[in-house]
Amino acid sequence: MPVQPLVAVRRYVGRWGLIVALAALPIYYGIHDLTYGYQAGYVAGHAVFRQDLSMLGYDLAQGLSNGAIWALIAIGYTLVYGIIELINFAHGDVFMIGSFTAVGLWGTFGLGLSTGALGLVGGLLVTLIITMIVTGSLNVLIERVAYRPLRNAPKLAPLITAVGFSFILQNVGLLWRGGSPQSVPDLIHVQQTVFSIAGVPIQRGYLLALAVMVPLVFALGWFISRTRAGRAMRATAQDPEAARLMGINVNATISLTFLLGGMLAGAAGLVYALYETNIWYFQGFKAGLIAFTAAVMGGIGNVRGAVLGGLIIGVIQSLADSRIGPQWTEAVVFGYLIAIMIMRPRGLLGEETREAG
Amino acid sequence: MSELRAQLREWRDAVQKRLPPWRSRALAGLLIVIGIVLPFFFPPSSGFMNATIIAVAYAVMALGLNVVVGFAGLLDLGYVAFYALGAYSLGWFGSGFFFKAHVHVLVSPVTRTLPGIHLNFILLLAGAAIICAVAGMLIGLPTLRLRGDYIAIVTLAFGEIIGVVAVNGQSVGVGGGMTLTAGNLGISAVDQPYFPGIGLFDLLNLRPWYWLILAIMLFVLFVNLRLRDSRLGRAWIALREDEIAAVSMGIPLVRTKLLAYSIGAAFGGMSGAFFGTYYTEVNAGQFQFGFSIFILAMVIIGGLGSIWGAVVGGLALGYINNYLIPDVLNGLPGKFGLNFQLTQVEFGIFGFLLVIMMLLRPQGLIPERRRRLELTAKIAAEDSQLMEAQGTIGGST
Repeated sequence: MPVQPLVAVRRYVGRWGLIVALAALPIYYGIHDLTYGYQAGYVAGHAVFRQDLSMLGYDLAQGLSNGAIWALIAIGYTLVYGIIELINFAHGDVFMIGSFTAVGLWGTFGLGLSTGALGLVGGLLVTLIITMIVTGSLNVLIERVAYRPLRNAPKLAPLITAVGFSFILQNVGLLWRGGSPQSVPDLIHVQQTVFSIAGVPIQRGYLLALAVMVPLVFALGWFISRTRAGRAMRATAQDPEAARLMGINVNATISLTFLLGGMLAGAAGLVYALYETNIWYFQGFKAGLIAFTAAVMGGIGNVRGAVLGGLIIGVIQSLADSRIGPQWTEAVVFGYLIAIMIMRPRGLLGEETREAG
Repeated sequence: MSELRAQLREWRDAVQKRLPPWRSRALAGLLIVIGIVLPFFFPPSSGFMNATIIAVAYAVMALGLNVVVGFAGLLDLGYVAFYALGAYSLGWFGSGFFFKAHVHVLVSPVTRTLPGIHLNFILLLAGAAIICAVAGMLIGLPTLRLRGDYIAIVTLAFGEIIGVVAVNGQSVGVGGGMTLTAGNLGISAVDQPYFPGIGLFDLLNLRPWYWLILAIMLFVLFVNLRLRDSRLGRAWIALREDEIAAVSMGIPLVRTKLLAYSIGAAFGGMSGAFFGTYYTEVNAGQFQFGFSIFILAMVIIGGLGSIWGAVVGGLALGYINNYLIPDVLNGLPGKFGLNFQLTQVEFGIFGFLLVIMMLLRPQGLIPERRRRLELTAKIAAEDSQLMEAQGTIGGST
């Protein structure tokens, strides 16, 4: 069937328009830094201006490491959306519970600033595993209670129970640790510079975020593409009915998907607590929205897209934080979300779906 | 259980047959009369009156959201945007906030001497409705190509952006040293409603406020009822049920959807304007995402698409939120030895209500007929059996 010229033009504009929109911020500030320069601090009471790209590099490094956390959460959204076409609104709050669990476990294990390096690494690894199990099971439980009974109901119904569970989890967090942000011990000294690349200091936090994200993403990729259960997941995502006819236990597969998504959210929660060194019950809501934006940006249902989207959103966020002002960051991120929805609802790597034509 | 239900239905039908055909109008009239005389049974500035006023204003919002979500099936998670815009249009044009301007239209003699823009409350109400209608259309535009969950996300994003702008509007100048909003400080000293012949409202006597919001609600209710049965209302329902079929039958997609957004937004704006003057300030902290969900919960608990459901849901959650939880049950966890107050977890309670409602009675308290058929396959099956039975009777005679 020949593609209508107008549709072809729209597609072209869609993809390239999105790429231009995404590249706009870093390119603009890069040129700005090189031509006008930026204020690099004060020497003897006078503002010092510099004209190079190291501040942009700093923003990018910060953004990519932040983005690694968003990517882990975004994968949870994208997996769940891919398999049952539901925006799991409670996912961000599962991530929050992950942070709270991790911090609670540090207390239980007695991890503190005085713990030695070996104990710290071991303790954090054990914490990571337990946190992942807790959040994974929580996610499975939510699916079992709130989404499975509504499998055949109109699509609005599970979305509403998801929102309901999001509020329930937020209040669990509120009762658990109170209503204001709490600082947690800076166990690994996240701001300490390890080495620098071209004048851009690489802090411990950056390495931590990547060190957790990269292996998990590769493990997930291997699981989905190589194992029998992963193949069942892909089959169910394509066509649940046909998968069931082929002998796949669809309910178990969906539970498995929620388990994986919840585990990644738990890992992200631990990294977030270490990285930001403060936690509060509302963190999940914002993180959830940002990560969802990332998932949509990359193309929802696509794991690689979620990682890419997470990293891009992280960079946008850090640029907005340092250049426009942190109070506007949320508006910038959501502005991008709307722009993507207008230009290319299926995202950067996504395929055309019925929902987003 | 089903036998009991069938028996109940039988009795209800029998009772309905005996009643005269104008019974529903009589019931509506009776309810309106009860609504009008209600304040005489309570002290003019009691906590209950306060809760009632807020509950009725919530019902207006629920009616507005019901147009978007219930009739047209467009899940709007950013309804708080219209609360904010309605309240801000009141704050901008009914207070001394824009202190460089001197505009006075039909306001009380005292207000006439103050700087700023001061318009009569009816004008403000209409203005808020128009501003929100336009904003609703603008927010609706990007969602036209999208469906389902994606609409929810775009509207949510808009709601959040408007919330961020409201908080940070303090740093956005509009000329002459004036700013766009007052952020978390709030635009305070907002004008109280004034009507020539009636006088200025004050917060010591809540009765006039109650009648005002009741009048607004009755107006919105009337518009809603007329809309539902109009060509436009049927077009919304057709779009909700099957977009492709509706469009191929000649329903103008863009116009119909945008009208749903703008009409729903206009009602939200009217209620928002009322809240602005009733709370005597417009504070950016009021406009949180939770509020959108709160209004959505009203619509869902009442019954999606059901006008009377939206009213009942709005009143019910309004009373729960403003009377039952803070005044009556607040100390309950303390009595069980738990160290928190119920107001802290009110959103958790609403979340719980949403989940329970969806699992046990997805059609809501007062379901719309069509929605009930959709959601409860059992009733749908019964109805289809009924149709068949009627068909055979028709065939044999």
